Amino acid sequence: MKLTLKIWRQESAKAKGAMKTYQIDGIDGDMSFLEMLDVLNEDLINKGEVPVEFDHDCREGICGSCSLQINGEPHGPDRLVTTCQLHMRKFNDGDTITIEPFRATAFPVIQDLIVDRSAFDRIQQAGGYISVNTSGNTVDANAIPIEKQNADDSFYAATCIGCGACVAACKNASAMLFTSAKVSQFALLPQGEVEATERVQNMVRQMDLEGFGNCTNTGACEIECPKGISLENIARMNREYLSAVSKG
Amino acid sequence: MSELKSNIPDGPLAQKWTKHKNDINLVNPANKRNIDVIVVGTGLAGGSAAATLAELGYNVKTFCYQDSPRRAHSIAAQGGINAAKNYQGDGDSNYRLFYDTIKGGDYRSREANVYRLAEVSSNIIDQCVAQGVPFAREYGGLLDNRSFGGVLVSRTFYAKGQTGQQLLLGAYSAMNRQINRGKIQPFNRHEMLDLVLVDGKARGIIARDLVTGAIERHSAHAVVLASGGYGNVFFLSTNAMGSNVMAAWRAHRRGAYFANPCYTQIHPTCIPVSGDHQSKLTLMSESLRNDGRIWVPAKKEDAEAIRAGKLKPTEIKEEDRDYYLERRYPAFGNLVPRDVASRAAKERCDAGFGVNKTGEAVYLDFKSAIIRYGKEEALINGNQNPTDQEVYDYGKKVVENKYGNLFQMYEKIVDEDPYKTPMMIYPAVHYTMGGLWVDYNLQTTIPGCYAAGEANFSDHGANRLGASALMQGLADGYFVLPYTIGDYLSKDIRTGKIPTDSPEFDQAEKDVRDRMTKLMSGKGTHSVDYYHKKLGKIMWNKCGMSRNAKELQEAMDEIAELRKDFWENVKVPGTMDSKNAELEKAGRVADFLELGELFAKDALTRNESCGGHFREEYQTPEGEALRDDENFSFVSAWEYNENPREAKLHKEELVFENIEVKTRSYK
Repeated sequence: MKLTLKIWRQESAKAKGAMKTYQIDGIDGDMSFLEMLDVLNEDLINKGEVPVEFDHDCREGICGSCSLQINGEPHGPDRLVTTCQLHMRKFNDGDTITIEPFRATAFPVIQDLIVDRSAFDRIQQAGGYISVNTSGNTVDANAIPIEKQNADDSFYAATCIGCGACVAACKNASAMLFTSAKVSQFALLPQGEVEATERVQNMVRQMDLEGFGNCTNTGACEIECPKGISLENIARMNREYLSAVSKG
Repeated sequence: MSELKSNIPDGPLAQKWTKHKNDINLVNPANKRNIDVIVVGTGLAGGSAAATLAELGYNVKTFCYQDSPRRAHSIAAQGGINAAKNYQGDGDSNYRLFYDTIKGGDYRSREANVYRLAEVSSNIIDQCVAQGVPFAREYGGLLDNRSFGGVLVSRTFYAKGQTGQQLLLGAYSAMNRQINRGKIQPFNRHEMLDLVLVDGKARGIIARDLVTGAIERHSAHAVVLASGGYGNVFFLSTNAMGSNVMAAWRAHRRGAYFANPCYTQIHPTCIPVSGDHQSKLTLMSESLRNDGRIWVPAKKEDAEAIRAGKLKPTEIKEEDRDYYLERRYPAFGNLVPRDVASRAAKERCDAGFGVNKTGEAVYLDFKSAIIRYGKEEALINGNQNPTDQEVYDYGKKVVENKYGNLFQMYEKIVDEDPYKTPMMIYPAVHYTMGGLWVDYNLQTTIPGCYAAGEANFSDHGANRLGASALMQGLADGYFVLPYTIGDYLSKDIRTGKIPTDSPEFDQAEKDVRDRMTKLMSGKGTHSVDYYHKKLGKIMWNKCGMSRNAKELQEAMDEIAELRKDFWENVKVPGTMDSKNAELEKAGRVADFLELGELFAKDALTRNESCGGHFREEYQTPEGEALRDDENFSFVSAWEYNENPREAKLHKEELVFENIEVKTRSYK
């Protein structure tokens, strides 16, 4: 496969970036998208140019490191995959592919395709936990049975990998899907109920402070989410929030 | 042999840990506020240790190269975590978990450590549930279990195929609580480049801010290394791209002994290599062996036809299939330990029965599981005479519920539907049992430098059982290290803050800068990946699933040669003062090029086969591993030498008082 790549190059957070065009050849359909970028970088290094910086680590779709806005979509054209699991067989010989970083005020560009997603960490630090010490003296794990449906729903919310695709997909750069997934995981478990009132308020406050936009229910986040996190979580967080605020 | 003190407490095995906890010194809460601890790595071991140490009152600094602690590679663990809860009432106990782990490790681990691991395993599950980890549950609301290789009970707790992520998010949430309180200061996108010793004690690290390139000094009263394993020495492995040995290797260079480097786990069920472009390998959880049956064609001509694309696996009749694990190991069948399953796959492929284009793959087939579950589900749903299609539909649903995300992952990578056609799998490097030598307290041979999780060597012997890595990481971090480190720190309550302007810090920083300058000043013939791939090929071909003296010697020579070439000719573009992925990789590969040679040396020195270390010269007539307990029942702990083949061997004799050492049999 022969491809034309248009890639966002930006030297540093403060530098001005621009799109740059590269030609690449010999791409195989079995390669992952990031392996295609490896080939490009190897070429660039051999030519004495500076390779393209991008975030990646596990390359099996679970660590949430990789990002990339590919042809205008977070994680590219395939559904329910991260960029590292996107394979080149989804593209055709002669295609032009546009590759940009995730765009959001709260995700400033660090270099080339790498953005700073530490806002997500701070939202979780504001309350995304259950206050229990690791004493080893907690009650037996089976002391509190949990209805399977709730346990499963909590799990599905917890499958969020914190990649930020929801923010990149949203025209308002809202982090509601991410935050609501974290709120939901705990809200659905009896262990999480104790601190529910404070948790949702603290996390939402931090989310707003970080400069994420509001949710206007377009649902783009759910479609682009590599883990299929459901919009229901946003509804649940809104309920939790309203009930928390009314409690005072 | 005398200088390695394992510090195993006296007394009967089952009481050692309790007694030890009662005997060691404590630090009072007011004094803990004056003590700093550095934790390098934020996976299950590092994250849980950091959170617990901060809860106890110490000032903790964490370091990880990822942009968030939540992305450490523990996250990729799929199948589950073991605990001797005996919720299934199938006869499990602490002793049985201990026994299975020692036997699974082929009698090359330390009894006291393994027993402690089994003992605290149940606490881990209680703790994680209290933290909100959403484990799989049954309809009655209680926790579900499944079975893993090398055991005869169901003791594995799981969260679908992503137990690692859920447990790591638990540890990360515990960290977040402490970050919010100001007790943990996280340094993300930072890499440890050196360990700083003052008066022979670990007193800090030199780290690089991976965004700005700034070299930083951080001091502490103790340093915990929880930086994972070194599987990436093989280039292709199931490790994350960034997983590396740098933190451990820097400590090794500064005096920490490195134990059993040749003990590597080659995991039997990974997606086979598809081409030269491949950057990493993807695991398919061992849990799949609960329901999947492994086979190759019984006839060579069928295997050849499949490789040529003329025959489909579904067209091969039942009697023409060789379910070789069930045939060779009737008692454990498809659930033999990983080393045994991997070697058996290699044996069949080497004999010409492999199935994909390269001939290096075997089938993992879910058809009989789908039918079995389908029939059961049909009955539950009141359908006494289901059609074949109905049975398939019911069964597929059950399998999807259990392994859905793994099947999806397979389909995305291979472009084939594993519900319809059997998966193709082949062994791949997955985990390293070797690591920094530690005593019972998890302290390395450098006072004040501790190692936890995969970074240490202590619990898995020569082969790790499935679902035990998560258990060990969390056991070390939540329940062992926070206690044992107190004993050491109790002597530091009057020390005060460690200054970073000492000559020791000056020297360490200079060493780091010199090394980086040297890396950047290579002649620029080849990229870092060029060297890494070459090293990987040597390792896989000569230090992989089976090894022999001649090839190990060749590997040592070739690696030494490659290392020399690397330092002269590597090309690292960009600058030191900015984000520079190539420079990061170069530093890591430089360490792998030393470790690789020591690895081969260790394998060459160990004239026996045990667990994941299989020497062709030492096998039974049936091709099983042949241990030599008389001469090799010891831990190899290597003292650093810049010429790895000259490294000095220290031996820790392994003593088995509570378990009868015998030939491992899964027949």
